[in-house]
Amino acid sequence: MTGYPLLSLLMLVPLVAGLACLFLQAAAARQLALGATLVNLAGGVLLWRLYEVGGPQWQFQEYAPLFSGFAWALGIDGIALMLILLSVFLMPLCILASWRAIDTRVGEYMAAFLFMETLMIGVFAAQDLILFYVFFEAGLIPMYLIIGIWGGDNRIYASYKFFLYTLLGSVLMLIAMLWMITTAGTSYIPDLMQTDFPAGAQTWLWLAFFASFAVKMPMWPVHTWLPDAHVQAPTAGSVILAGVLLKMGGYGFIRFSLPMFPEASAQFTWLILGLSMAAVVITSLIALVQEDMKKLIAYSSVAHMAIVTAGLFAFNVQGLEGAMIMMLSHGLVSGALFLCVGVIYDRLHTREIARYGGLADTMPRYAVFFLFFTMAAIGLPGTSGFVAEFLSLAGVYQISSWAALVLTTGIILGAGYMLYLYARIAYGGHRTPEAARMPDLTAREWTLLTPIAAAVLWMGVYPEPFLAPMRNDIAALEARLARAAPAGDALPVIGEPRELPANAIAHRAATGEGHH
Amino acid sequence: MQPITIIVFLPLLAALAAGIVNKAAPPVFAKAVTTGALLVACALSWPIFLGFLTGEASPALVPVAPWVQSGTLVFDWALRVDTLTAVMLVVITSVSALVHIYSWGYMAEDPDQPRFFAYLSLFTFAMLMLVTADNLVQMFFGWEGVGLASYLLIGFWYRKPSANAAAIKAFVVNRVGDLGFMLGIFGTFLVFGTTSIGQILDAAPAMSGATITFLGMRLQTMDVLCILLFIGAMGKSAQLGLHTWLPDAMEGPTPVSALIHAATMVTAGVFMVCRLSPMFETAPVALALVTFIGAATCLFAATVGTTQWDIKRVIAYSTCSQLGYMFFAAGVGAYGAAMFHLFTHAFFKALLFLGAGSVIHAMHHEQDMRYYGALRRDIPVTFWAMLIGTLAITGVGIYGIGGFAGFHSKDAILEVAFARGSEMGRFAFWVGAFAAFLTSFYSWRLMFLTFFGRPRWADSPHIAHAAHDDAHHGGADNPPSQEDAQPKGPHAVPSPNYEAGTGGYHPHESPASMLLPLGVLMVGAVAAGFVFSGAFLDREEFWGGSIFYNAPLMHAMHEVPLLVKLAATIAMLAGLALAWQAYLRDTRLPGQAAEQLGPIYRFVYRKWYFDEIYNAVFVRPAFWLGRLFWRRGDVGLVDRFGPDGAAWVVRRGSRAVRHLQNGQLANYAFVMLLGVVAAVSWVLVR
Repeated sequence: MTGYPLLSLLMLVPLVAGLACLFLQAAAARQLALGATLVNLAGGVLLWRLYEVGGPQWQFQEYAPLFSGFAWALGIDGIALMLILLSVFLMPLCILASWRAIDTRVGEYMAAFLFMETLMIGVFAAQDLILFYVFFEAGLIPMYLIIGIWGGDNRIYASYKFFLYTLLGSVLMLIAMLWMITTAGTSYIPDLMQTDFPAGAQTWLWLAFFASFAVKMPMWPVHTWLPDAHVQAPTAGSVILAGVLLKMGGYGFIRFSLPMFPEASAQFTWLILGLSMAAVVITSLIALVQEDMKKLIAYSSVAHMAIVTAGLFAFNVQGLEGAMIMMLSHGLVSGALFLCVGVIYDRLHTREIARYGGLADTMPRYAVFFLFFTMAAIGLPGTSGFVAEFLSLAGVYQISSWAALVLTTGIILGAGYMLYLYARIAYGGHRTPEAARMPDLTAREWTLLTPIAAAVLWMGVYPEPFLAPMRNDIAALEARLARAAPAGDALPVIGEPRELPANAIAHRAATGEGHH
Repeated sequence: MQPITIIVFLPLLAALAAGIVNKAAPPVFAKAVTTGALLVACALSWPIFLGFLTGEASPALVPVAPWVQSGTLVFDWALRVDTLTAVMLVVITSVSALVHIYSWGYMAEDPDQPRFFAYLSLFTFAMLMLVTADNLVQMFFGWEGVGLASYLLIGFWYRKPSANAAAIKAFVVNRVGDLGFMLGIFGTFLVFGTTSIGQILDAAPAMSGATITFLGMRLQTMDVLCILLFIGAMGKSAQLGLHTWLPDAMEGPTPVSALIHAATMVTAGVFMVCRLSPMFETAPVALALVTFIGAATCLFAATVGTTQWDIKRVIAYSTCSQLGYMFFAAGVGAYGAAMFHLFTHAFFKALLFLGAGSVIHAMHHEQDMRYYGALRRDIPVTFWAMLIGTLAITGVGIYGIGGFAGFHSKDAILEVAFARGSEMGRFAFWVGAFAAFLTSFYSWRLMFLTFFGRPRWADSPHIAHAAHDDAHHGGADNPPSQEDAQPKGPHAVPSPNYEAGTGGYHPHESPASMLLPLGVLMVGAVAAGFVFSGAFLDREEFWGGSIFYNAPLMHAMHEVPLLVKLAATIAMLAGLALAWQAYLRDTRLPGQAAEQLGPIYRFVYRKWYFDEIYNAVFVRPAFWLGRLFWRRGDVGLVDRFGPDGAAWVVRRGSRAVRHLQNGQLANYAFVMLLGVVAAVSWVLVR
């Protein structure tokens, strides 16, 4: 490990670049933003390389006391590492995606994205509860601005809805956090993760955190802000929203709810599983009838995130690792799908599915990428989506066959709505002459989609580099949860085996084994 | 590098090369690369198979790369080669290579040839991954990979709405089966702690008495697992209930139907049951279900096949029915017989499909047999190919001497079902024998309608179109049907007289690239039966433990009563006689029968109303529920009482409060007075 405060540097680079962007012209701001995010991507890869698999649980730690026990405490484990990597990977793509689509207040726009990068890294790297809270809530503000200023026609409504929903849960979480700090006497997260709160208090604390994380996730039925936010947000905003902001909820569950309140988590397992099951079925059906591309993908996000929550609350290694891979995979795949939507939105300026059609003819390369990401969203083996779905559901099956059955119907419904979307956009004839004139991918769009496709394939065929850093952390978490983990419903019992195979028939000839 | 690695991955590389280069090079590049790769794979596969046949080869496992390690759930990429795999290898690579060659001719006019050949090779790769899988998850990878290729190829002519709908349907219906497959894998992992097929099969017998809770019911573990896995097999192999996608899949180009929807992909379910046969043998209920579903599909599909007019749909239902035979053979414990029928069926069904493709090619993409007739003189090679295919599928042969491929495999299945001695076995035998009669009837019906009688071409919109083109443009052959096919009338009347029936159209025999594969497959359809019957059915050591081999049963098979042995032949002759009577002697008979049997005929002609019922029960309610949850749920409830409600309360609240601050001093004074009174009285009363 190096002596450099790598995490602070990762947060500092976009912060400084963002401040500079505020004073720059459009072209310069774009270039600076791209440069800064690329530097951060390099930093993230360096972090990945330097991260010692099987080493200490917390690495790259920094600690500087600030006031009244509150400290600038950073440090990551494998789980945080992966999510930071996801953030820094998506950021340059977001800047590139906005290259032409945004032409008003470019400096401010780039600054908002860069500040958001700082805050997102902060969320995943924070080791102090208050610090985490600050980043967690502050992350809303740039997103709120991005939707509210650079969004679509109904952006004000969407941004208010987004803000109202997410803030509501946060107030409760803050109260719970303050109580925890006074009770445990520390705001240091690694210590809190080892603290055993009394079971009665856990219930209330869990619910307070749940209020915040469920909205962020989002879980059904507090998901209705997401479709509006996605529809109104500019493409890059949707990418970051789906790619990283939604993961904060999942990260919250795995960092706080599960290790800090194991008993309460076990107590509420069925609440989570029930909401997840409802979400998969209901939002998938809703996705089936959407006429707006972004809304459809937004609803599919809710269904995918339900697999994450269900996997997390399966209390076993497969469920937890599956949930983590699902977060990474969904971040890539739905980000890519929003980019795909952005590509054609930039050409035709409508999100209405019915206006497109026959793109396989005029934009064959685009059609291939879109198909690839569609298949990844469906969870085709060989893509990251499959590893994610398979592991999470395998984990869920171990505690409940009912939950596994209902959640697995998502693979049918998911295939239904995604292929229906794809057929309406890429197949058939051109429904409008404008759609027929759309040119195929530009070099910039190639640059956007290729890296994500490569990552999705990599994670699907050989996910080990992504699983390995998290392995010990997940194992530790499972060990901590073991005392509370609910028993599975399978209850397998090995009985007395039958002597004969099912189709054994009376053996007539004693020498029956030989040839006749 | 092991030959098996080349066999499996060369088609993938070829597919990538053809797909990436696509139209940047002339189509011959993609065609040559993919066909060449498949010929190499085929040439490498046969020695492996022959090695197992002669007993020289032994099972091998070639590790490729690690895949996933999550706690105790570990699975890797690996290629497993044993007898069962070797059988599938030769079937897949041979038929695929022949279909590649055939497509040179069949797809010659298509502008998207590179894409087509890339998909074909991609399919072959996925299918090979499926049959070489050493663990259930890699099998699932291949399973879904062939599903993707099937989706892409059914929807290959993507401008046709019907092709897109059929492609989506195929994928989604298969996913219903996959739900079972996935739950089966999860359950297997829960019970056995592994997904390695070898380890599961070793441990399965000890689990035969185990119980488990599934969906709140206490059940036999192995029955639950095997039924879940079998649901996956039902989807892929188009068994009753999950079969609806297969007839629609005929929207794809005909070579695709031959390769994917006849010879290889649809047999994946049978392969899976055979691969896991030691596991299924610990699950009597599951096996009874396999037998029942197999027999029921066999009968159902054969009945529907007798009434269809589209030549490809007849063969599609025939495939469905033949898959039923394979399943009930597996269900009664004769996995060798199931695999044998899979093997012979691959040859003669591919032959029939490619022959049908040749007919369709000659008839200018007309697929309705009502517009065929008398074609044997114009396209003689195709006629002979179809004839041999028909002799093979109907099982022509003489007991004790030998016959065409289907004679050996289908007879074995019927005999073994009878020999099994169980009630389910008897049921399967009778159903199978009756289905053999229907098979013969619909196969000969197809032959007579297509190749005999009088030409009825003139009424076909396709032929009229072509004859029109002939007159004006000197016979320019239109590219195949990216345009939509014309809707057809329900019961076309045969044309009045001979010469007028041709409509001035002259069908041409297909090019050599299409006839060559037919020739090779003809050899297979003739010889695959008697050459390999001994090995597949009677030689336990041939299988080398790769399937569960029930030696007593296979002996009992040879000792069934003579009438049972002749049952299939009798059924075949009866079907031939009826078809001859109805479609050559007295051609009014079918129409009369259809009228007299009214409701029954419509029930069968409408395919037992499966599509209608599924639409009413699943598809439409799904959309209706989606709209309900959206409009009433999300918008009507959550938003209304959630964020919008909160906003409304705040707005109304502020409006109400606004009235209080109206600036009138008297009001303020009055409110203040009230406050003072209240405060004073509170102090006093306290």
